[in-house]
Amino acid sequence: MSFVLTINGRDHPVDASPETPLLYVLRDDLRLNGAKFGCGLGQCGACTVQVDGKAAYACLLPVAAAAGRRIRTVEGLGTAEAPSPLQKAFMVEQAAQCGYCIAGMIMRAQALLDATPRPTEAEIRAHMQPNLCRCGTHMRILRAIRRAAGLPVEAASA
Amino acid sequence: MSVGAPSRRDALAGGALVVAFSMTGHARAQEARGPQKTVPPALPGSLKTTPWLDAWIRVDVTGQITVFTGKAELGQGIKTALIQIAAEELDVPPQSLRLITADTGQTPNEGFTAGSHSMQDSGTAILNAAANVRMILGQAAARRLGVAADLLATTGEGRFKAPDGRLAGYGELAAGLSLHVEAQPNAPLRSRQGGKLMGQDYPRVDIPAKVTGGQAYVQDLRLPGMLHARVVRGPSFGTELTGPDFAAAQAMPGVVAVARNGRFAAVIAEREWTAVQALQRLQQAAWRRTAPPLPEGRPEAGLSGASQDQVIFDKPGGAGGAKTVKARYSRPWLMHAAVGPSCAVALLRNGQMTVWTHSQGVYPLRGALAQLLRMPPDKVRCIHVEGSGCYGHNGADDVAADAALAALAVPGRPVRMQWMREQEHGWEPLGCVQVGEAEASLDASGRIAHFRYEVWSHSHNGRPMTAGGLVAGAEVDPPFPPQVPRPIPMPEGGGDRNAIPIYAVPAGRVVSHFVRDAPLRASALRSLGAHLNIFAIECFMDELAKAAGADPVAFRLAHLDDPRARDVVSRCAEAFGWAARRPSDGRRGAGFAFARYKNLASYCAVALEVEVEHETGAVKVGRVTAAVDAGEAVNPNGLQNQIEGGIVQALSWAGLEAVGFDAAHRTSFDWSAYPIARFKDVPRSVAVQVIDRPGLPFLGAGEASQGPASAALANAVADACGARIRDLPLSPERVKGAIGV
Repeated sequence: MSFVLTINGRDHPVDASPETPLLYVLRDDLRLNGAKFGCGLGQCGACTVQVDGKAAYACLLPVAAAAGRRIRTVEGLGTAEAPSPLQKAFMVEQAAQCGYCIAGMIMRAQALLDATPRPTEAEIRAHMQPNLCRCGTHMRILRAIRRAAGLPVEAASA
Repeated sequence: MSVGAPSRRDALAGGALVVAFSMTGHARAQEARGPQKTVPPALPGSLKTTPWLDAWIRVDVTGQITVFTGKAELGQGIKTALIQIAAEELDVPPQSLRLITADTGQTPNEGFTAGSHSMQDSGTAILNAAANVRMILGQAAARRLGVAADLLATTGEGRFKAPDGRLAGYGELAAGLSLHVEAQPNAPLRSRQGGKLMGQDYPRVDIPAKVTGGQAYVQDLRLPGMLHARVVRGPSFGTELTGPDFAAAQAMPGVVAVARNGRFAAVIAEREWTAVQALQRLQQAAWRRTAPPLPEGRPEAGLSGASQDQVIFDKPGGAGGAKTVKARYSRPWLMHAAVGPSCAVALLRNGQMTVWTHSQGVYPLRGALAQLLRMPPDKVRCIHVEGSGCYGHNGADDVAADAALAALAVPGRPVRMQWMREQEHGWEPLGCVQVGEAEASLDASGRIAHFRYEVWSHSHNGRPMTAGGLVAGAEVDPPFPPQVPRPIPMPEGGGDRNAIPIYAVPAGRVVSHFVRDAPLRASALRSLGAHLNIFAIECFMDELAKAAGADPVAFRLAHLDDPRARDVVSRCAEAFGWAARRPSDGRRGAGFAFARYKNLASYCAVALEVEVEHETGAVKVGRVTAAVDAGEAVNPNGLQNQIEGGIVQALSWAGLEAVGFDAAHRTSFDWSAYPIARFKDVPRSVAVQVIDRPGLPFLGAGEASQGPASAALANAVADACGARIRDLPLSPERVKGAIGV
């Protein structure tokens, strides 16, 4: 079936069976690297994108349900040369080891900052709870989010 | 993956200097034998096995410098550190360098990227190779400009300058000479004169792409005409599907082929989702266990089997102290559990198999694949491309074999094979269960008089050296015999890594029990046996300190002679504010632990505070402070990142993790059945003090903090609420049970 996906402000016609998870269309048809396959179960957040401004698991969302909604991926935030404030904060804090989870982390954090520009420490941790990092980069990811929000980068009491 | 891979034209340009070392008979013979000592051992790092300068560094006529390493980027930042080292010694801008990492077609054979060896092996080799190249180019510049070499200075952008201002560029100088020469052991090091790049927090070269959706991983490779594949297996290692409906899968629209060889099977499709759906269809079949039943009950049940026993430390005397303490510690089976399942891309074209892989050892993998595919090794090329986090021997090699076997069925078309989440959890090799038993006596003054320790472990080295070390090796027809697990000898050790106490003990004995036959698939997990042994010995040191009525930090210092060890312990305690810490109040407490990894690499101490919730047994970690001495710190921020990550990962292991299994299979098949730390579980803060030792050897830091962090957690819980928990993990149920509420 044919669908029109609105990704990072541009319309993309795609041809896929309606139950195909959005993730495979983003990666394989549209050649976007940011969203990653982690579990296919909505347990790890490696595939996180924004759908109508909210963080969503691209591995669970059928392409048919994604059509007509505003989809934003990490590629829509900025580039290596002109990064968005949040991407820039991840660079400044060197907030990655293997980095496989990081695009998903950024997209989930962006959804928080869009809705709550100056979140509390407890709000940040609760919001980021769905996304897993196995390298243990959490402390730097938290610092990057605080930095992008204009908060002190050192942790306040949660 | 290469950073700006040189084209063949580059390699052939300029004539004299560039000799493709891999084409020489010597190099080829060397590959066939594996690394050999071919020169006197005076050469440092991996120059011992690959002494030729052009194996490490090449300079083309334009002055473009390419650096080669046999080590792989695993997210530990090795690319950045190696670029810093080479740029420092060559005195060129770091962004001007190209770096090629592990590739059997291009780079030296440096074995595995493992054991925190990359800086010692490759960092040291590149440091000295670059110094040699600068020396040789300097000599050529002196001849060309007609001045003494010691009057020349490098300009910082790839040229030598004479006192009268005349210049000679590296490219033009290199065109007139050959770097296919062996390194000299004592080329003068620029970095010893106070370098400007080494020791700096140079930003990681791989991070910009990783935060903006650039192509960064093997999972992101998209080659022209590429197909997608999934491997067809039972739910976990030691099982198989019974009678999957291959005809039905083959008939699904979009399925290109079902590759089969014996019990091995893979579905190959034009689209990835089609391959996933075909796999799900096949997985509707029943499954059965093919290996002996797993031992139910206590996780360490398998360790009661026959063992090879070795006394690894024996210092007679000292018996009959005033007070004796005895304790037994254990850890369960643990998983690497990378967030991204293992992946590889393979292409068979014109009789040549090329595999893009996140394996830790491209050369050993090439050997194993050549056997599996029954192809000559020189017809198999393995190219490292980053994958999701690597914490030891995970599914990377297995999925490379799966991809290659699938690619045989579709010659000329690249095949991208990725495992599903449940396949990664079910089939990856695990870090094995271990038990450590400690007993010590204290003399009348409260010092250790005698120390005994025994450790029981399965293998920590199941890395594929043959096709029998790959999952697919047992599935193809005829199958390859499984590799026989062997212990890793001291001084590094495997299950007995760090089993010998680093502390000054007047007498003692340490015995290593290697239990060859393991019920589950065992191999290398970050820090190997050092995790349990440091956990045991460092918890035991706290138990001894308590028996001696001494402060845990003071008790350690009283038994430490090595000044670097003492520095790390003191610095960590000071930064944490150990002496002024809040006394425990039944809920809150602090813990300390220290180790020198392998007793010969990096020193690391960890102090942390916890709060124990009596009602639930939940342990909340607050402030964590660490100190590390990894020798000369090339990139302090990168070193801190490794130590921080190691601490957070180890707190997840120690607080939450254990692989579950029943008689038939692993029951930890996803993140709900194998929970790891999430944002609400991680510490409030982690601060790492780096003690830099300029000029001293690189010691590596990837595995320094796991043991100390795990022990510090248990010591803090004991301090907080009096509950001494000796079996990992310190799960809420276990903590609650130990408190007795």
